[in-house]
Amino acid sequence: MTQDLFLLTLLFLALLGAMAWPLGAHMARLFSGTYAWQPRLEAGLLRLLRLNGDDMRWTVYALGVLLFNLIGLLVLYGLQRLQGGLPFNPQGFGAVSADSAFNTAISFVTNTNWQGYAGESTMSHGVQMLGLTVQNFLSAATGIVVAIALMRGFALRAAAGLGNVWLDLLRAVLGVLLPLSLLLALALAGLGVVQSLDAHVTVALHGTPGSTQTLPLGPVASQEAIKLLGTNGGGFFNANSAHPFENPSALTNLLEMLAIFLVPAALCFAFGRLVGDRRQGWTLLAAMTLLFLIMLAVFFAAESSANPLLTALGVDGHAGNLEGKELRFGLAGSSLFAVVTTAASCGAVNAMHDSLMPLAGLVTLLQMQLGEVIFGGVGSGFYGMLLFAVVAVFVAGLMIGRTPEYLGKKIQSFDIRMTMLALLATPLLVLAGTALSVVLPAGLAGPANPGAHGFSEVLYAFSSAANNNGSAFAGLSANTPFYNTLLGLAMWFGRFLVIVPVLALAGSLAAKKAVPVTSGTLRTDTGLFVGLLMGAVLIVGALTYLPALALGPIAEHLTLFGIH
Amino acid sequence: MTPLLSTCRQSAAQALRLFAVLMLVTGLAYPLLVTGLAQLVFPQAANGSLVTVNGRAVGSRLIGQSFTDPGHFWGRPSATAGQPYNGLGSGGSNLGPAHPDLQAAVAARIRALRAADPGNTAPVPADLVTASASGLDPHLSPAAARWQALRVARVRGLAPQRVLALIEMHTERPLLGILGDPVVNVLALNLALDAAAGS
Amino acid sequence: MDIKQTPQSPLSSASTGRSMARASLLDARLLRPAVAGSLLRLAPQAQWKNPVMFVVYLGSMFTTVLLGLALAGHADAPPAFVALVAVTLWLTVLFANFAEALAEGRSRAQAASLRAAKKNVAAKKLRAPRRDAGVELVASTDLRKGDVVLVEAGDTLPGDGEVIDGIASVDESAITGESAPVIRESGGDFSSVTGGTRVLSDWLVVRITTQPGEAFLDRMIAMVEGASRKKTPNEIALTVFLVALTIVFLLACVTLYPFSVYAATASGGSPVSLTVLVALLVCLIPTTIGGLLSAIGVAGMGRLLRANVIATSGRAIEAAGDVDVLLLDKTGTITLGNRQATRFVPAPGVEEGALASAAQLASLADETPEGRSIVVLAKQRFNLRERTVGELKGEFVPFSAQTRMSGVDTGGQRIRKGAADAVRRFVEAQGGAFPEAVSAAVDAVARSGATPLVVVENTRVLGVVELKDIVKGGIRERFAELRRMGIRTVMVTGDNRLTAAAIAAEAGVDDFLAEATPEAKLTLIRREQAAGRLVAMTGDGTNDAPALAQADVAVAMNSGTQAAKEAGNMVDLDSNPTKLIEIVAIGKEMLMTRGALTTFSIANDVAKYFAILPAAFVATYPQLGALNLMHLASPQSAILSAVIFNALIIVALIPLALRGVRYRPDTAEKLLRRNLLVYGLGGLLTPFAGIKLIDLALVALGVA
Repeated sequence: MTQDLFLLTLLFLALLGAMAWPLGAHMARLFSGTYAWQPRLEAGLLRLLRLNGDDMRWTVYALGVLLFNLIGLLVLYGLQRLQGGLPFNPQGFGAVSADSAFNTAISFVTNTNWQGYAGESTMSHGVQMLGLTVQNFLSAATGIVVAIALMRGFALRAAAGLGNVWLDLLRAVLGVLLPLSLLLALALAGLGVVQSLDAHVTVALHGTPGSTQTLPLGPVASQEAIKLLGTNGGGFFNANSAHPFENPSALTNLLEMLAIFLVPAALCFAFGRLVGDRRQGWTLLAAMTLLFLIMLAVFFAAESSANPLLTALGVDGHAGNLEGKELRFGLAGSSLFAVVTTAASCGAVNAMHDSLMPLAGLVTLLQMQLGEVIFGGVGSGFYGMLLFAVVAVFVAGLMIGRTPEYLGKKIQSFDIRMTMLALLATPLLVLAGTALSVVLPAGLAGPANPGAHGFSEVLYAFSSAANNNGSAFAGLSANTPFYNTLLGLAMWFGRFLVIVPVLALAGSLAAKKAVPVTSGTLRTDTGLFVGLLMGAVLIVGALTYLPALALGPIAEHLTLFGIH
Repeated sequence: MTPLLSTCRQSAAQALRLFAVLMLVTGLAYPLLVTGLAQLVFPQAANGSLVTVNGRAVGSRLIGQSFTDPGHFWGRPSATAGQPYNGLGSGGSNLGPAHPDLQAAVAARIRALRAADPGNTAPVPADLVTASASGLDPHLSPAAARWQALRVARVRGLAPQRVLALIEMHTERPLLGILGDPVVNVLALNLALDAAAGS
Repeated sequence: MDIKQTPQSPLSSASTGRSMARASLLDARLLRPAVAGSLLRLAPQAQWKNPVMFVVYLGSMFTTVLLGLALAGHADAPPAFVALVAVTLWLTVLFANFAEALAEGRSRAQAASLRAAKKNVAAKKLRAPRRDAGVELVASTDLRKGDVVLVEAGDTLPGDGEVIDGIASVDESAITGESAPVIRESGGDFSSVTGGTRVLSDWLVVRITTQPGEAFLDRMIAMVEGASRKKTPNEIALTVFLVALTIVFLLACVTLYPFSVYAATASGGSPVSLTVLVALLVCLIPTTIGGLLSAIGVAGMGRLLRANVIATSGRAIEAAGDVDVLLLDKTGTITLGNRQATRFVPAPGVEEGALASAAQLASLADETPEGRSIVVLAKQRFNLRERTVGELKGEFVPFSAQTRMSGVDTGGQRIRKGAADAVRRFVEAQGGAFPEAVSAAVDAVARSGATPLVVVENTRVLGVVELKDIVKGGIRERFAELRRMGIRTVMVTGDNRLTAAAIAAEAGVDDFLAEATPEAKLTLIRREQAAGRLVAMTGDGTNDAPALAQADVAVAMNSGTQAAKEAGNMVDLDSNPTKLIEIVAIGKEMLMTRGALTTFSIANDVAKYFAILPAAFVATYPQLGALNLMHLASPQSAILSAVIFNALIIVALIPLALRGVRYRPDTAEKLLRRNLLVYGLGGLLTPFAGIKLIDLALVALGVA
């Protein structure tokens, strides 16, 4: 079983590297505008759309990002509320409730894609396409442009602006996400993911004559592709990537996992190229990969152990924990997917996380709580990891007796202020949200599981929302006004309380001159720095959440296995 | 008007234009293009991979169905909304490993399996008593199929070897030996079983 | 200029004789006021300045209230336990206060000794601005602006001022480095005099132009005493970082209460007590670095002072740690102050001994170091005895600007030494010829970076004396060290390119600036800064002031002019240009100490969690006892051990905070590796041992 995982992981990482490397090179060129065809085409597009193509200061850039997302929020909310009167509604669904529409609109705009609703029984094809698919693209594009802006902060020298946000958004959607999605969508459709404008198809059941089974259809493959490539994760169907029509085989499973990590990994390579030192990109990627492998090992060890309560009933425990899993992926394919989807802030699931063994659940929780930086969301994972790199550089820089500097940029008071603001936002939302929910009656009504696991459900919901992951311990009854509102706020602020400081940091860095590298400079492209970065991520994350985790999965694990 | 406000207004107008165009491209052009191509090139796969018997669609290769009579192979327990294997209510049980309901449900499933096959004392394969993630898992592990082979053979009046051979025939091997575990498609196996019993 | 060659490691502090400055940490004279100071600092407005410790301060108050409630019968936890926690938390606050008070006390003691060391000359204050107005003796520090003083031959000028009467020759070598005296008289360009210079002949009536207490040194002393200490840029950034960590932990602890209430409801146990939550909070927030942060800053300035350098701002010390380029004056820093005779090159047909003898004769009256070195070389090489004037019955001809030669006339012989062109003119004026071979020798010597002096007897050119800059011993190794640290050295000299290049190569500097003018120096600094580099330099003359003002770290020699001192941001009391290297090390040590203690502080938290979490939740989830890796005796002893460890570690690290983490010149990579090992891994492991030991002690004492 362990060998399955080993080989699968090896294949996965090899393919990932082979695909992310050229994509990173492409993105570096695309966003520095060095393709020969770019200037004329882009100028034409800007003129056509009457967009101002000037270089923008960070404040203007941030304003553009915020307005663009605000519009997306309003449109998506409106589409859901007006669903009954909109085209492409073969199922004849009515308006989505106000609180659910609010939650879902924020969820898809913030790249969280937390789903309080069940897709096949709530959303029309029209809203899925024009609302959800659109935001799958645009929220991912938002993450990419913020990451690119931060990269420019390091690459530029004494610059006033960070680039042009409209142009960057166009590049991210048309130059990166759309072509990739088209390819993946067609591949998935060929492998069994449905793609149709019909509502559903009814079949006469073979096993019980006279009864029928209604199979849902829809434009699934097209949404599935960007759901994964944009680390969105909101499924067309309630069961998400566990649904056979979203993820029909072990091969599509592999493609989907690769799609989740593709852009985050490529951004590391793009970074290396943009700052003119490819080793810097490799360093970040190495730290991400090693953290990922550690998490995967713990997860798999937990999942391949049998549930002692079930073996006591006479169940054969050799196959590991199969509750909430699909057999076609195998335990390795399910484990890898769960670790991938929570490492990246994707949140698509091919197994039900609520039914994970306690320590496996801990891994998924912790990965989100670390700030979604192990690959992380498209763009957001990259800038999140860079924030940790800034922290690592800051402490390490002091330790070698110099004002800390990263890639030649001195890390000063303002930079630390913005970094810490961004790093503080999500713990604040997670801990405060969870605390409110386990105190207020409306919150206490949520958990489906008793005891420590019930606490984990609430903690998971807020960890997922504030860090824009979107997966759930789905037993929690979260489609209530209370959770829809509170989680909606967590998602919104978890997204933009990070993005705005990150852009401020980018602006501050871009304005700095670069310090030349000497042998007295802290090198950030070494094994030592990889370790330092991993340490920063793990220590900051673990220290913040250890008490909460002790009352959730750790207590559950000790109880389940009778350890004292 | 203050410069800040005018910047905001200009930016909002531009953001709106950009949004509208990207919405049409990604929300309309893209999914319709994929639909058109998929319907043209992969109509079978894009429309649910339906399985037909005598020209009638009897299910999807990818979606499991509920089999409860002892003469068929039973698939995995399903926790879909309303009834098991509800195509419009996919989902898992969301029971944590320590949830008492999980133990109760598993115990009940074991009782049902044992009641249908009293002589079988082997430990029950886990997939036969645990709910799948989607509630629509079309597969069983070969071990879980073999565990039911004697029961099915007895009820159907088939030689156990015949049934085991059918299982073997319908076992799907992992691609490259890496991707996935060996699984048996329950619908396909039961269709083959019906065909074998009918012949 | 007094050049000290310290035999120790080049980067260790130079020893100075000041006893108070080297007072040991446990000096009772410092301890008592520090203890008093730590109590005084309990005032809220004093605590507020340090956000991390302010949280501990609030926690102490909160547990004290809990203790009151417990004694009144509303027990949150056993009263004895609450009392012990409260006392420990108060002690934590006091220990941090103590560290700061101790550091400031040490600085103040150093400032006091500085003031004592300040030259306090007696001034002859005139009752009226006339020479014969009658004088009273006052201390120079009592002189006010507008006072008029009389300065006579042998007196030191008591302060900066303007000559209103008299004319005198003044030795300003301390300022300009020129040994030749200058004339100062009232009116015109030569009426300004500087404190600390010495009148050699005649007298001056001077009007003082500075107020007492406004003098440079006075302002320095105020700085050192810490009253005006401002947080340095990195200290501010670090404070932001620490505050953010504190907020995270505050949040984690505050929300832990509702979490544990939920857990207690689920498990049927009881939630965590508030006392334990406060204890957990105090243990988690970075109190170690928070409590020592300001002590580190104060101590950094103190360490600089012990190296006899006064900084006008902490910012400058920090910048010293970042320096990328050192501009070093050739003379006095890289080479010994003066050129020395190293070789005699006789003309064809002249014995080397004869040349040496003539050269010695010509130099006997020459009291310049160059002249002395010729005498010494002749004595060493040919055992030529120094002759006296009387013995020779001759007449010395001193160096004059017209002849540009010096020498001796004895018994019809006119022996001269001087620059080649001067000697050529001297010889040709007498109808002699300047030999080709000597010309060639002169050129060869010049090409090697040395200065040729030609010796002539009447019309006969005897040969060439080679005067060479002697590069200081060990300086090459020092530059190699700097290179390893990533610091580039640039030699600045007025010499021509040829000479400069030869010396630069010999000394092993990375670059040089020849024929340096003040403008060229300034341009060089600006160019380096434009490339993002931080530049450090030393200077003493008024013409150095613009460059000093431009440089990021500018060390003015105490012997230098007022203008130089005002333009720089540090003053070296020893006037030792090599001090720059030590200053860099001290700057780095200050940053390293902060980084090391931050790492240590955060790494400590891991062990503290393992001590406190199982103890805190023993009533909620007893199975969490599995996390009690240290096998601490009881929940209460576990929590007490953690808080006590947390308090004691501050005290234990005070010496490190005051002394600083030692800087060894090495690459960043090696430094980081070592410090991570010591303070990162050490910080991870130490508390496991410490907490366990305290737990054992508590059990032995029967406290818990």
